[in-house]
Amino acid sequence: MTALLELDDLHVFYGASQALHGVSLSVDEGEAVALMGRNGMGKSTTIATACRMLPLRKGRVRFGGRDISDWPSFRAARLGLGLVPEGRRCFRNLTVRENLIAAARPGPWDLPRIHALFPRLDERADQYAATLSGGEQQMLAIGRALMTNPRLLLLDEATEGLAPVIRQEIWAAITQLKSDGLSILLVDKTLSEILPFADRCVILEGGCVSWQGVPADLTADIQTRYLGV
Amino acid sequence: MDSTLKEWLLNAVMVVALLLVPLWAWLANEPFIITLATRIAILALAGVGLNIALGLGGMVSFGHALYLGIGGYVAGIAAHHAFHGTTVLGLPGTNQMLPIWAIAMILSGAIAGVVGALSLRTSGIFFIMITLAFAQMGFFFALSWPAYGGEDGLPIFVRNQFPGLNTLRPWEFFLISYGVLLVALGLFALLRAARFGAALMAIRQNPDRVAALGITPFGVKLVAFVLSGMITGLAGALMADLTRFVSPAMMAWTMSGELIVIIILGGVGRLFGPVAGAAILVGFEVFFGGLTEHWKLWLGLVLLGVVLFARGGIIGLIAGRAHHG
Repeated sequence: MTALLELDDLHVFYGASQALHGVSLSVDEGEAVALMGRNGMGKSTTIATACRMLPLRKGRVRFGGRDISDWPSFRAARLGLGLVPEGRRCFRNLTVRENLIAAARPGPWDLPRIHALFPRLDERADQYAATLSGGEQQMLAIGRALMTNPRLLLLDEATEGLAPVIRQEIWAAITQLKSDGLSILLVDKTLSEILPFADRCVILEGGCVSWQGVPADLTADIQTRYLGV
Repeated sequence: MDSTLKEWLLNAVMVVALLLVPLWAWLANEPFIITLATRIAILALAGVGLNIALGLGGMVSFGHALYLGIGGYVAGIAAHHAFHGTTVLGLPGTNQMLPIWAIAMILSGAIAGVVGALSLRTSGIFFIMITLAFAQMGFFFALSWPAYGGEDGLPIFVRNQFPGLNTLRPWEFFLISYGVLLVALGLFALLRAARFGAALMAIRQNPDRVAALGITPFGVKLVAFVLSGMITGLAGALMADLTRFVSPAMMAWTMSGELIVIIILGGVGRLFGPVAGAAILVGFEVFFGGLTEHWKLWLGLVLLGVVLFARGGIIGLIAGRAHHG
């Protein structure tokens, strides 16, 4: 397999404080990688850096074999990085349909296919995003990213703060996307849901990769040490 | 009643009323009323232009009078040279509206492109001030340009012509203005429903988020700004033919303000906001202007009321929150 996304020795700062101290990881074509770790360990920063939304002090970001370290975020997105941001961040004063078409690019993903994946978005097509429930907004954020026809879907805390039944629905959809062959990099905290889903896990601690491997090797000892569970 | 339906009904009432009132005036031989309706249609057209930038894109251009003036001067200068049989930049003048409109739109669009390319790098108060500064440059340029009347302005002795119609008849000139307004409204509706409109509205809410989805906010806003300037420029050409006179006052900052007032009164981003706003403005001018020369004071109070209590303008007040898509 070839690496689709390669993060190599990322050093990222917020002002004077360093958030990433040389993070390196890769996502292969068709692979689902889970980025884990306690709060404040650099998970969201890693995702945002991959999408070229944060400047690099040192290190390279490669996507599909191209060095995109110096690219602006819109070019990275056009190349196929589809971000589902933390906190969903739908365009609240746009309707569901407008949210979806705003960033649409040609490809297999179009409105009917999004509506098949999340029928609720079809039902609520003319509603303002602000009037949706948290779970529906999450579906909309995923749908919006899919409408850009990405090669890699980056999900930052896609099920945080949602009711269990909604979480299941979203996990089912993400699992469906994975089995369709979409590459996925996701940040999440719920082990019971990540372990059966992910092909590989990467744990961050203090802005560094502290452990990576397949879910089967993620022993109780490692879980306690790095994840505090 | 459903608010979408309400807005549709309200829009339909405006479309029909704006046609029926001057039709009645034509039958009753009241040319003044027809001229008022034409003025509403042309101001509304200018407002539709601004509504693309301000309503959809959230770009508060305080210099749209510049495009109105450019359109006006294109009509005036073309007519001037056609009348005197002279040339401008090696080209003959023309008294035909269609080529005048085309030139007015191309020139306004080009200038809007330059203004937009420079001013869209800023936002908020800086954007407002830069657009104002460009309009003031146009204003003072026209003021100090003796070839075309300078501060005295430039008269259009005979209204420019439109194939198949006699533009000297108020009713027929009204029909032209009304037709152009309807086309512009149709274009606005199409634009808003398309991907471009959705992206533009999304950028207004969060440009960084839109960039992360693969769209360049600057490019989308610039295209919208150019389209906006073109439509307002077209309105300027019609305005010049309505008054048969062009002067630097068309580019004055108060004119830019009036266009913003039209949008706010009618409803920012609403399809028929500019039509409602223009009707209110002209209505105030005529009825209160007849009673007192301080009619703008009363308009100001109404504007204050709208800003404080009816953010969605008159359309928002009647039809409720915006529903589109």
